[in-house]
Amino acid sequence: MTVPAVSNSSEQLDRARALSAFKLGDATFYWLTRLSALAVLLILGGIILSLIVGAWPAIKTFGLDFLVTRRWAPQLSPSPVLGALGPIYGTLVTSLIAMLIAVPVGIGIAIFLTEFCPPILRRPVGVAIELLAGIPSIIYGMWGFFVLAPFMTDHFMPAVIATFAHVPILNVIFAGPPSYLSLFNAALVLAIMILPFITAISRDVFQTVPPMLKESAYGLGCTTWEVVKNVVIPFTRAGVIGGIMLALGRALGETMAVTFIIGNSFQITGSIFSPGTTISAAIASEFAEADGVHMSALILLGLLLFVLTFCVLAAARLMLARLEMKQGK
Amino acid sequence: MTDLQIMTDMSSKPETTAAPRANKLEVRNLDFFYGEAKALKNINLALASNTVTAFIGPSGCGKSTLLRILNRMYDLYPGQRAEGEVLLDGQNLLDPKLDLNLLRARVGMVFQKPTPFPMTIYENIAFGINLYEKLPKSEMDGRVERALRGAALWNEVKDKLNASGLSLSGGQQQRLCIARTVAIQPEVILFDEPCSALDPISTAKVEELIDELKEKYTIAIVTHNMQQAARVSEFTAFMYLGELVEFGPTTRLFTAPEKRQTQDYITGRFG
Repeated sequence: MTVPAVSNSSEQLDRARALSAFKLGDATFYWLTRLSALAVLLILGGIILSLIVGAWPAIKTFGLDFLVTRRWAPQLSPSPVLGALGPIYGTLVTSLIAMLIAVPVGIGIAIFLTEFCPPILRRPVGVAIELLAGIPSIIYGMWGFFVLAPFMTDHFMPAVIATFAHVPILNVIFAGPPSYLSLFNAALVLAIMILPFITAISRDVFQTVPPMLKESAYGLGCTTWEVVKNVVIPFTRAGVIGGIMLALGRALGETMAVTFIIGNSFQITGSIFSPGTTISAAIASEFAEADGVHMSALILLGLLLFVLTFCVLAAARLMLARLEMKQGK
Repeated sequence: MTDLQIMTDMSSKPETTAAPRANKLEVRNLDFFYGEAKALKNINLALASNTVTAFIGPSGCGKSTLLRILNRMYDLYPGQRAEGEVLLDGQNLLDPKLDLNLLRARVGMVFQKPTPFPMTIYENIAFGINLYEKLPKSEMDGRVERALRGAALWNEVKDKLNASGLSLSGGQQQRLCIARTVAIQPEVILFDEPCSALDPISTAKVEELIDELKEKYTIAIVTHNMQQAARVSEFTAFMYLGELVEFGPTTRLFTAPEKRQTQDYITGRFG
């Protein structure tokens, strides 16, 4: 482009003025985005702070014993005994079972959708999976309570209990009597609830694998299973683990559906067929009638859930970083 | 002994002494369809053993499509189908009952862009071998080294076999992909514009390599670069709009083409 050596000075002035208007806009834009980013930190900090303030009486009263006490007796006089071990145990167990079921099934669905599914089915199944994610959790809770739990309890649990009755360890995990309200039923509903997250994210990242990369694996004579195992999953590992962690975060914190069918019992029996409770279910079911130290203990439970979720996400990040280092990226 | 080994052993017997050049692959009356659209029309040609055959023609003429029929790669995609016959050592490889994994072990492929797997350099080679043979570590080391030497890559990577295959340069990655293909001892190697993403020096190395590989393998190469076709191949096929216009010895085709279209294309007067 050729520019005249001496340009019209008034024209230059006009341009400068026009540009200065943009400058103001730019500065505003910059500060708006910066404030939005700061707002996230402020809100996060505020939540943590108010949780700590609310939980302070309970922290003072119970100290670290809160984490290892199994008893939950808010009505005990003169002073209530409150321990978080039951809810923590229930949260971890239900999430673990839910993940054990949902991860393989979810990834399996994603593999089917991307590798095997006839194109005509791909959209309907994909949309159905996404709809599953949109169902409100209270509906999962009701369905679990009225349909799934009775079915599992009447047909599935007795068979499992009978099968493992004489196997050491397993006869404790699968001990009777079957209960409509149980850790296992809650975990099953949780699994169905988190399935769409795992499937949708895995499917999306599986689709990012370059076709040529897959073809070159097929070109060596790989079967579809070998291509998925050795090329597709390693290539998309970070994304898949991200999806699993998102699902785990949801499973740890899910409240309504779990409160419906877990039984809200603070006992730890070792059997997954017996009632239990989770942190969020305990808070939801007792918050309305709590006061004093009892209320404070519930807030402390909330703080614990916060920390637990944070630890899980941090561990996931760490694991990803390690994997990437190992892969030599 | 696995079927694969038996096959490779049979093919490595010097039967070329009996007939000067046996046909490794024969394409007969081949039509190909993407859904309703006919992409290849009545293709007939034969690839002689231990020769390099180049496929040239403007984009969309069907040369890559033809290549992807030779190892049934199109089978991965619903709606694509081939009609006719493609004989590999006399066996029709369009037969729907054919074991595709075994076919692809016999007919290897190198793609337009380097596609190293997301694993180490060593594993990239060992991976393909592992599909067919379970070798002890020492023997595997030897096979990996031989494959990397075969692809003229050994000296550049021997000190970093455990680095990721993705850490190599583009040209090295492409030679890694060739090594990976050679490692499973195929009989035919298909190159689909193998140098289109490479710089001239890497291109020269790959071309040199192709020249060496034809000692052992039958090679088909699709290229947009006519000098490349002239340099590396003994036979050239010119395709246009899904038809095979002319097929013959490279020197003849480039110096005295029989068809007007061929002449226009190779002299750059096309269109």
